Order: sequence, then structure tokens, then C-alpha cells
Amino acid sequence: MEKAIKMKSRELNLFYGNFQALYNINMDIEENRVTALIGPSGCGKSSFLRSLNRLNELIEGSRISGEVFLDDSAIYEKGINVVELRKKVGMVFQKPAVFPMSIYENVAYGPRIHGIKKRSELDEIVCRSLQSANLWDEVKDRLVAPANQMSGGQQQRLVIARVLAVQPEVILMDEPASALDPISTARLEELIAILKTRYTIVIVTHNMQQAARVSDYTGFFLHGCLLEFNRTEELFLNPRHNKTEDYITGRFG
Amino acid sequence: MPGTRIGEKALTCLLYLSALIIIGILLAVVGYIVYKGLAMINLDFIMQAPRRAGKEGGISSTIVGTLYLTVLSLAIAAPLGVGTAIHLEEYAQKESYFAYLVTLTAETLAAIPSIIYGLFGFVFFVIYLKLGWSIWSGSLTLAIMVWPTITRTAQEAILSVPREYRENSLALGASKWQTIRKIVIPAAIPGIVTGMILALGRAIGETAAVLLTAGTSLGMPLSPADPARSMSVHLYMLAMEGLSMERAFGTAFLIIILLLFINYLANRSMSFLSHNGG
Amino acid sequence: MNGIIEGKTNAVKQHNNREEKMQILQAKAGRWERILVILRKSKARFIPEILVEKLLMLSAVVSIMALLLISVFIFSRGVPLIASVGLGDFLFSLEWKPIQGKFGIGAMFVGSLLLTSASLAWAVPLGLLTAIFMAEIAPPPVGRIMTRMVSLLAGIPSVVYGFFGLVIIVPLIRNYLGGTGMSVLAGAIILGIMILPTIINISRDAIQAVPLVYKESSLALGASHYQTIGRLILPAASSGIITAVVLAMGRAIGETMAVVMVTGNAPIIPDSLLAPLRTMTSNIVLEMGYAAGDHQAALFATGAILFIFILLLNLLLNFIRRAGKRYAGN
Repeated sequence: MEKAIKMKSRELNLFYGNFQALYNINMDIEENRVTALIGPSGCGKSSFLRSLNRLNELIEGSRISGEVFLDDSAIYEKGINVVELRKKVGMVFQKPAVFPMSIYENVAYGPRIHGIKKRSELDEIVCRSLQSANLWDEVKDRLVAPANQMSGGQQQRLVIARVLAVQPEVILMDEPASALDPISTARLEELIAILKTRYTIVIVTHNMQQAARVSDYTGFFLHGCLLEFNRTEELFLNPRHNKTEDYITGRFG
Repeated sequence: MPGTRIGEKALTCLLYLSALIIIGILLAVVGYIVYKGLAMINLDFIMQAPRRAGKEGGISSTIVGTLYLTVLSLAIAAPLGVGTAIHLEEYAQKESYFAYLVTLTAETLAAIPSIIYGLFGFVFFVIYLKLGWSIWSGSLTLAIMVWPTITRTAQEAILSVPREYRENSLALGASKWQTIRKIVIPAAIPGIVTGMILALGRAIGETAAVLLTAGTSLGMPLSPADPARSMSVHLYMLAMEGLSMERAFGTAFLIIILLLFINYLANRSMSFLSHNGG
Repeated sequence: MNGIIEGKTNAVKQHNNREEKMQILQAKAGRWERILVILRKSKARFIPEILVEKLLMLSAVVSIMALLLISVFIFSRGVPLIASVGLGDFLFSLEWKPIQGKFGIGAMFVGSLLLTSASLAWAVPLGLLTAIFMAEIAPPPVGRIMTRMVSLLAGIPSVVYGFFGLVIIVPLIRNYLGGTGMSVLAGAIILGIMILPTIINISRDAIQAVPLVYKESSLALGASHYQTIGRLILPAASSGIITAVVLAMGRAIGETMAVVMVTGNAPIIPDSLLAPLRTMTSNIVLEMGYAAGDHQAALFATGAILFIFILLLNLLLNFIRRAGKRYAGN
């Protein structure tokens, strides 16, 4: 049975000033699935990702046309609460930016923002989030230590725990493994496989094997267009577009 | 070639010499005042009220006046200065006319000599707003003076907070102000504090503007509506009127020690707070 | 039979067990659900956000207002008097006799320019040499100590410098060179010391901002260190160095307390370095205490002239900065 559609974009165009970064993107993102976005750098995959939680708006002069839906509400509609949206659509960035606070405070940051004040409740959220991010066992004895003393892989999982702590429905990941060593990457991929049972995940990656390993669906972007979108095994085994084939077989990119 | 080598040697000597002169000047000014002033310093000098226009007694009321003026001016200028910096760095569009105007204003305010501030404070706060020669007039004038210092240092500090922090916080569903309050300001606090300490130093040393706005009364100021004489103004009066050179040295000594301490604090706050980020 | 009963009791036990577990789980889950509800329900408060934004904007607006107020109040008090005396007479007449209603600040105008030039004349070369020393010659620890010292020098208030001048420089001049000691020379020495930190800091920054590649390529071409400094680094840093000089000029011309304390303050054009002089700033601070009516207006007019001077210097600075940027861009 087909799963429900969690997010979808319709005729989405994105401009930075005079530069058009995305052309007519139509994509359905299924619930509790991992959707991978691949393509050469500058192809628009990260821009698309950022337009799913309206983070593209931080760049001065960015404009958008078309629509993006979360469940059934159009997220670019006037009067939509951006804060509310970003709470539901969490994001993990390329470089883990841990805040200059303790491990505990990093995870508790989001819940605090969203009005949880009781220490016991915060404790529970922090514990659960760290457990979900497979980090609990490594850090449970030093929750008050500064977060920036952790290793790169741990920092990336801490950032994921921080996102999980606000109970998002969708998690966007922008090349989350690009700064990690192979072992940390493997742990991250395991984590993604577990997380998808509860969350909808969209991941941008430049690593083709990674896309093949972790995702259920894959979209191939080129020059701001979504050239091909399909089940991952279909896209990798029978690419319809020869540009896609060239890219996944490593002929360019 | 030997000619050039001798020339280069001479140049090196000249450069070392100029550095030595600078060090010499600093040591001469600080050393002489500390040497002469130290003899004057005792508890009576600090705790006793001035008598006979400052010829006798201590300088207690001027110490209180200085504290009053600097603390109040900082209390006024700090929120406004930091607020301006946050507005410029986080809210205003970088290329906007308004941002340009504010930056230009800060630059101009920083360049205006203190005597002009004094004139303005006198005509505006003392006369026009009928605040009289008072700590209010003096503090408000000082606040405008130190504002650019606070704004500029706070701006630099805010600018140095990594962009990723803001993105991450916003992506967690924090609002813009929550992000600024909980992430940006804590990360920028060393720079902001340093700016305030620098402003404090400037306010303590300021004389011309205070002279024209807070008056020269030697009475102990009780409320901000009272006139007051700061230590700097007191030093000026003592020295210019030749009232008591020993007391002038004592006052100068206290000012220098206070400023050395503030300078030390500024250096410490920058390194200490930035090492313990938050 | 027994078996069945046993089975049943077991089942009941299991059932009870399960129920207990479920209850515990539910209690826990209930708490967790509550947390989730709070998390989901929290709404961003939009009104405070906008309020904060407006408040921050207001603080920026207040600073603009302050500058406007300063301009309006200084000029509105001073300009009418300048208009009635005539700008030429006001600026260049040497007669400053407030009691007779003669307001010419010629002597003070010249005095300010003279004193500023005299102090720049020695402080700029010394400051520049020190900046070169700190940026290029000094070993890093020495450079750091020097930086500390220069910032200390910058932190000493002008009234303390004035006092130092009064008790050291003035007597020295009186004893060794003659006159009262309260002189152009004393003023130039003290004022020069006061602007040294400005000159040193800004030119040092400018010198350090010259890309290392320039220096390395010059050295690789066989130029000596000093040739590189003289022919490459200083020209490349020139806009920063000029900025330093202009800023120092602004500080010198606006300086009040130190100057009042050591220059003697006679409102005449000095005929030697040992003669006294009065600057525009001194004029204001000396007479503001008792001036009234036109006399007070004339002091504000003096302030207005000074203000215009500073604004012009600021314009010049902006121009230099823009020119410097264009140069660096090429």
C-alpha cells in the first residue's frame, strides 16, 4: 500500500535576485520514507531543501513562486506561522553547529524555546532525544560538559538529537555526512534507518552510494530542474534519463 | 652596498628609538603621577568630604559624583547602544538608506569633540529641559558621548557570531528574537562587555562635557537631580586654581588607578569570557 | 483439570502482570504525551516579536535624533550671532572683547590650527615609525606589550595629560627655555602625546592589513626588508595612514582640557613657540561659566565653527575611505 504524502511541491520556482535557482519543481515526499536528493553541486538540491522549511528566506533578495505543502497546508501562504513550520520541519546542516553551551543545554534549547520549563520534563526529553540519536550511552555521564569538546561524529548526532527534541514530523538533512569519517558516517546511516520509522526524512547527499543505501526515493537535480524522481532502486537500476545515468555512473559531477 | 647597510642599521636604530620614546612617555606620565600621588592616598583622603573648596579634606563627594555619573550614563547608553547594534546587524537591511544613516550618525557622534557635547548638554538638558546643573544632565550628555563606542564594539561582537548558529536556531523553530536573545547575545557577550568597560573608562575621564552639564558643586550628591563634581573636574579645578597640588596629585592618582583597573578588566573580559563561551 | 486451572491462574497472573506493566507504561506515556502536547501547542508570540523589532529600531532612531538635536541646538544658538557679526569678521577679526561686544575669534581660529599643526608635526613621524616598528620589526611578544601600552596611553584622560603638562612640561620649559612655560610648545608636546595612540593604532592596522603575498613576492625579488616597507608596504597602506592622520587632526582640534591647562590662554596670535595662545575649544570652556547673552551666543558660534570643522574632516575621511577601497579593489 502506498504511504501518505507528507510534503509536496507544485511548480516551485526559486530566485535569488535575478538568478533562478529552481525551475518548476514538482515532488511528492512520502511519509516515513527517506527521500534522497542528488546532483552536482550548484544544481539546486540544497536550495530545494531549504525551501521546504522556508530557510531560503534568510538570504536577502530571495523570491519564490509556486507552492509547497506540508500535509494539506500551503507553507508559503500568507499568515502561516514560520516558527510553527520550522518546528514541524527540522533541519540538520552540513557542518554540525553546536551552540556554545553544554550538551544538555544544546538539546534542551528547542523545548525551552517552545515553553517547556519543568526540569523533569526537560530531563526526559533530553534523555529520549539523545537515546533516539544513539548518543545517550556516550554522553550520559558528561551532559554538563561543553558540547564543542565532542568529536565531529558526536556533534552531528547531537545536532540530530537537538532536532528530535522539538518533535518534528519531517527532518531535512543537508549533506549531514560530508564532514564525517567513514565510521561516523556508517553510524549516521544506521540512525537514519531507525529514524524513518517515526519521521519523514529528506536528505541531500553528494554520495551516490549513500543515497542508494539509505533512501527509498531519489530525486536527481540538474541546473535547477528535477530531472528524474523515482523509487531509489528504479532510479539507480533503470534511469530513464541518460543524464541521470551519466551522473550515477560517475561520468560527470 | 655598505652604504645601504649602514643606512639600514640607522633605520633600525631609529625604529627602536621611537618605540622606546613611546614607552618612555607612558612610564613618565603614569610613573610620575603614581609616585607623587601615592603619598597623598589614605583612607581620609578617600572618605572625607572636601573642605575650603578642596584645599583641605578629602575628595569623597567627587568619588560619589563620578560613580553616579558613570553608572547612570552607562545604564542609559548600554541598552540603546546594544539595541542599535542588534538592529543594524540583525534586522536592518544591509544596503538600506536607514542603516547607512545610522552608521553615519554613529561615526559623526564618535568624532564630535567633548566640548561640543558639553555645549549641547548645557543648552539642551540644563537650560531647555530645565534639568539644571545636575547628574541627570551630565549622565545624559555622557550617554550620548559613549553611545558610539558601545554600538561599534557590540556590532563587531554580533558580527563575529557564526551564521550557522542563527540558522540552526531558526531551523529548530526559534523565532528571530529568541535566537538573538538566547544564541547571538550570549555568544557576543565578551565583546559587548568590553565595549561597556571602554565606555566606562571614557565617562570617568571626561571633563569638559561634565564641567558644563553637571556643574562644579562640591556638595555630596544625593539624588540624580543634584549637581555634582566628578574627580576629573575636581582635578582640573584644583590644578587650574592652584588650590592644592598634593590633592590634585592624589586625585590624578586615583583616576589613573581606576583606569588601569578598567583597562585590565577590558582585556580580561575579552579573553576570559571568550574562552568560556557561554 | 489441574492443568487447566493452573493454566487459567497463570493466564490471570500474566494478565495482571501485563495490566500493571501497561499502567506503568501508560503513566509514563501519559507524561510523555503531556510533554508532546506542550511542545506541539506552543505558539510563537508574534506581537512581542514585532514590538522588540520596533524597540530596537527606536534605539537607532534615538541616536539619529540625538545628532539632529546637537546640530540644531548648537547652530541655532551660534549662527544668528555669526550672521550679525559677519562670518568674515567673526572668523578673522582679532578683537575678542566680549564686554565691548566685539566678537572676533581670529586669534583662536589661528591658535587652533597652529597648535594642531605643531602637534601633528612631531607626533605623525614618531607615531608612524612606532607603527612600522610594531607591525614589521618587533618580535611578537614585544609587539603585544607595545599594543597594551599604546592602549593604556589612549585610555588616560585629557585632564590627566593636562595636569602632567602643568606640573612637568611647563616648569621644564620655564626653567630651560624661558618665558612662563605656558606656551605653544607645551601645548604641542601634550597634544602630540595625546594623539599618538590614534596615529599608531590606525597606521599599524593599515600596515598589517597589507597582504603577506605582496611582501613575500617583493622579498623574493631580492628587495631588502626596508626597501619592501618603503616601496611597497607603506604605499599600499597609505589610505589607512592618511586616515590615521586625519583622525588625529580631528582629535587635536577638538581637544580641550589638556590645552586649557598648559597654553596660557591669551587670546592673541603667538609670535613664538614660547608665547601663549588660546584655541577655540579653550575659549568655550574658559568663558562658558559666566557668559550670558551675546557673549554666550558667541561661544556657541565658536562651537559651531568647530563643529563644521569636524564635519568637514569626517567628510574627508569618508572620501579617503572610498578612494582607498577603490584602490584596493583594483
